[in-house]
Amino acid sequence: MDGSEASTQLAQHSATEAYDGPPDQRTGARHAMYPDLSHDEIERFNFLTQMNRHLATRVAPMVETTWNARIEPRFEAEHGRKPKDRTEARKALLADPVFQTWSALRRMTMEQRQEAGRWAAIRQSESLAAKAASLPSRERLSLDPTVAVPRYVAAVDHHCMPGSYHTELFPGDVSGPASYDSGIHVTVGGRGGPYNDGIGRTMAEWIQETYPDFKPRRILDLGTTTGHNLLPMARAFPEADVVGVDIGIPVLRYAAARAEALGVKNVRFIQADATDLSQFEDGRFDLVMTTMFLHELSLTSMDAIFREARRVLAPGGLMLNMEQPAYAGMPPFEQAIRDWDAHYNNEPFWTTLHSLNLDDHFVDAGFERGNLVKKVFTTPAGPGGQEKISMVFVGAAR
Amino acid sequence: MSIASALLHASDKPAGKRPYFLDPEVERVMAVTMAVAQELAVARQRIDTLERLLEAKGLVPRAEVESFTPSAAEYAERALWSQEYINRILRIVQQEGQAAEAAAKGDLPIPDVTREIS
Repeated sequence: MDGSEASTQLAQHSATEAYDGPPDQRTGARHAMYPDLSHDEIERFNFLTQMNRHLATRVAPMVETTWNARIEPRFEAEHGRKPKDRTEARKALLADPVFQTWSALRRMTMEQRQEAGRWAAIRQSESLAAKAASLPSRERLSLDPTVAVPRYVAAVDHHCMPGSYHTELFPGDVSGPASYDSGIHVTVGGRGGPYNDGIGRTMAEWIQETYPDFKPRRILDLGTTTGHNLLPMARAFPEADVVGVDIGIPVLRYAAARAEALGVKNVRFIQADATDLSQFEDGRFDLVMTTMFLHELSLTSMDAIFREARRVLAPGGLMLNMEQPAYAGMPPFEQAIRDWDAHYNNEPFWTTLHSLNLDDHFVDAGFERGNLVKKVFTTPAGPGGQEKISMVFVGAAR
Repeated sequence: MSIASALLHASDKPAGKRPYFLDPEVERVMAVTMAVAQELAVARQRIDTLERLLEAKGLVPRAEVESFTPSAAEYAERALWSQEYINRILRIVQQEGQAAEAAAKGDLPIPDVTREIS
């Protein structure tokens, strides 16, 4: 070893010590359906992941400091009182340059993530489509093109994802979900684990710990998209017959091929609108689950979905949903910040969902109030001081 | 075909009107700047990759890159490139400066010239 190697190793060691931030996009797990990413495509994602980390850990705290130092005081001086709700807080924030800059950069970073993912996925869309078609996944895929795309999906592309979960650029296209699968690292900073399935794993573990005797024979995941949170459940209950449902053809096609590529055998994917599960008889499933799904619905569809979930659940079964915490009891500033996505990240049902008392909606759907389930999880702060993430499991046993 | 499609669709607008937080002109420039910043980061990482590969293959130790001192002639070549580069990217500054002088000499808007010669 000559001197330069020693100094290189020293430099690498101290960089490892000093580094506090999200992992390389390359640490994400690859599978046969995963798009090939060039060196520069990966670095584009890595840059955007660092941008999100910077915005969350360096700029967002300045928004709070500014709120305390001048935005709220200015509001008080004008109105003789503090902002009474998140709408007043948001409007006051919107007039301040620090919030404006943070918001503009946050929105741009999301748009850049979509572009980066779409570039990589669309340039190889034909080979991805051929791969999806050649994997022996077709028998676990059941498409029904008569399923209409609901208004709440068609009107706005959630989290600025052009074409949402349902648009094909050509018949057989899976570039949308391939972009979603590879780009999600940017938004969660790798905190969902190599397969971005942290929510699914947490939910499966919690069910196993909380209900050790519960052995669901049939599991249904609504709004499954690429199935990333469903596969941990299918692995946790390998004897179960597991079904993922979505309205989007490309996501289902990708999900089936991805499950095949990852060797998870006991899962099927069916195109259906979750407000109409009439193809399943009453009491068919022991577990109905959703993850980060409810906030992308509409009020009418959510209530209809709860009723359908109640109907297809067997006695003793469980419906469990993962969402972020409800706003009730939070100060207006925190609500306004948590509500950013509703207004500026194309999440039009976000505000309503987080303002509801979901318990009442489960009861209205026919669940017993005494059977309601709620569990709040808060992750530790992420690398580089990224904010803690709160997850809430809400649902009901039948 | 896929590349043509990627060129057309990678930057597609999502459904739903876009919110603006700053003056749209300012936000437009900021969005372009952030995309350029991203590409600069990508280029920087690629250079880093090259340097590490060159070192790993025993071709160019990174320390040699770090301590590289161009000769006077090499420096002149690089400095000329810098001057050319700055001139190119600050074209608008030069042209806005020249506009004052040109206006004083009777520089005309194109429609005026069109009328004059039609």
